[in-house]
Amino acid sequence: MRDTGTPKKLVEVKNLKMHFPIRSGLLRRVTGAVKAVDDVSFDIFEGETLGLVGESGCGKSTCGRAVLRLYEPTSGSIIIDGEEIAHAPFDKLRRLRPKMQMVFQDPQASLNPRMTVAGIIGEPLMEHGKMSAKDRLDRIYELMDAVGLNRDFANRYPHEFSGGQRQRIGIARALALNPKFIVCDEPIAALDVSIQAQVVNLLEELQDRLGLTYLFISHDLSMVRHIADRVVVMYLGKVAEIGPRDGLYDDPLHPYTKALLSAVPEPDPVAHDSANRTILQGDVPSPANPPKGCNFSTRCPVAMDICRRLDPEVAEVKPGRFVACHLYNETTSQTAGNAAQTVGA
Amino acid sequence: MTDTTGPKPKAMEFEAYRAPRNQWWDVWDQFKTHKGALFGLGFFIFALLFVFIGPQIWRIDPQFIDIRARNSGPSLAHPMGADQLGRDTMARMMAGGQTSIAVGLTAMALALFLGSLIGVLAGYFKKLDGLLMRTTDLFLAMPLLPLLLVTIMLFRDPLRASFGPEGGIFILIVVMIGVTSWMQTARVVRAEVLALKEREFVLAARSIGTPSHRMITRHLLPNVMSPIMVSATLGIANAIITESALSFLGLGFPSDFPTWGRLLFDATDWLTQHPERVIWPGMAISLTVLSVNYIGDGLRDALDPRIRGR
Repeated sequence: MRDTGTPKKLVEVKNLKMHFPIRSGLLRRVTGAVKAVDDVSFDIFEGETLGLVGESGCGKSTCGRAVLRLYEPTSGSIIIDGEEIAHAPFDKLRRLRPKMQMVFQDPQASLNPRMTVAGIIGEPLMEHGKMSAKDRLDRIYELMDAVGLNRDFANRYPHEFSGGQRQRIGIARALALNPKFIVCDEPIAALDVSIQAQVVNLLEELQDRLGLTYLFISHDLSMVRHIADRVVVMYLGKVAEIGPRDGLYDDPLHPYTKALLSAVPEPDPVAHDSANRTILQGDVPSPANPPKGCNFSTRCPVAMDICRRLDPEVAEVKPGRFVACHLYNETTSQTAGNAAQTVGA
Repeated sequence: MTDTTGPKPKAMEFEAYRAPRNQWWDVWDQFKTHKGALFGLGFFIFALLFVFIGPQIWRIDPQFIDIRARNSGPSLAHPMGADQLGRDTMARMMAGGQTSIAVGLTAMALALFLGSLIGVLAGYFKKLDGLLMRTTDLFLAMPLLPLLLVTIMLFRDPLRASFGPEGGIFILIVVMIGVTSWMQTARVVRAEVLALKEREFVLAARSIGTPSHRMITRHLLPNVMSPIMVSATLGIANAIITESALSFLGLGFPSDFPTWGRLLFDATDWLTQHPERVIWPGMAISLTVLSVNYIGDGLRDALDPRIRGR
């Protein structure tokens, strides 16, 4: 879907920052900030799936929620379908809500235990638009058909379902208002593997049928490779690399992407044993106190002097491929070639 | 639960189109399975009939003095006996029950309303939290009796003038009990709301654009129903007992105006000679409170879809 001429940008995120204040002391004064998302920019084209990957705590989910204004972003701009939503007032935001929806990670927690399936799927319809009770029920049944739920389940409560079925309810709720853009916040992380495949196939099928655009947040690299058209790799609240799926998986540029991809399990036992893995040392630094220079410099196997001094900018190094790394910076390109080869081995 | 996903016979297809059933029918179905709750409901209805319909059948004026019957035990003329002035105890139990149950229910409703409102507001709106919870602490720290004394001194006469002697006192007592017993409910509700607000379904509702008032009524209140129910059932008992204490101190209804609490306190002087006079109002209070507790218990289970159908 990515390669059809010049596709329209549906979502443009520019310099998005989401800092959570840390308060301490007797007077609860702000003494610092957890920089969960720090200066992130990316675009999502209409009809594509953008995968957002990174390890736990790198700000993926926060980023996804901030894009839908479920958090108040500290600064930056979010344009969805031509409308700026980062600082839109409540009324305007409410009007724009039908265009953008979210599928949550934990299907148990994201459904109100006191509401029936019909109530949960019907809630967006009640909030937006005036439908008669009968039309609403028809639409609820239509949505239940679309996600493969038996219509007989409409009267049941979330606790009566399995994880996969609950996630289908969540997807049906997200689809109720015919959105253009859906943020899938690790929709498969809480499901077991056979159900994961079902849910992902359902998401893909719905995308083909309804022309949806996804921001697919996941830490499952194989799943992202399966579903995404382009991939954003995040590390400690910042973008490490953005690129088309095939290019990024075949030839990762950023040292962190390389390490991340080399951690994907190999099904072939022989190849598994002989795999030359890049194993990162140490822990992710605290987002409240990120290292000076490049965020990854403390764990990077090819860190240079400049990495500890200067924060690299995200730059386009090959067509369509953006990397934030001094290895590809023009001023340091001398050492870049050598170092890249050592990592890539 | 998932066994119905398989292929179904054709006949089931038609059934699948039936409209979602009103969930109150499910609540009633579950309520019926709770034996204690059914007994409670049965007794409570009996008590209501006794005190409200009873006087239509047992037509003795509770204030009528039959001096020859004074201090008599149960007999055909006076099935529950008569008191030291010869007033019929059964008629006084009926009249007293009307006041006691009305005070209990109204004061409980007021306390619940205040407690839930303040609890939800404090839990949901961070800006109001500090102010409202400090107010709650203030009310908890306030000595109840001096406060009651002062308010009753200040407001008794104006209220009597505008609502009649009994109506005025009724309003005064209900309001006083209500505004001095909402604090526990508020604290519990606030704690529940604080926890619920972080759940993903609230976030999901926000992503739909649900405004705050519907977020509270649709998502938060149904989920804090259990603690509210518990407070409610305890609150009725508390209100009936507080009303008796107030009557005893001479701050409540006038001394010749019967309530269950007043009957109980009047009878304590005669405890050794005529124990039945303590037993009647005592049993009425305890059984009413117990039945309300069971109703609350059954209702709480019935309102929770996770327990329902088990």
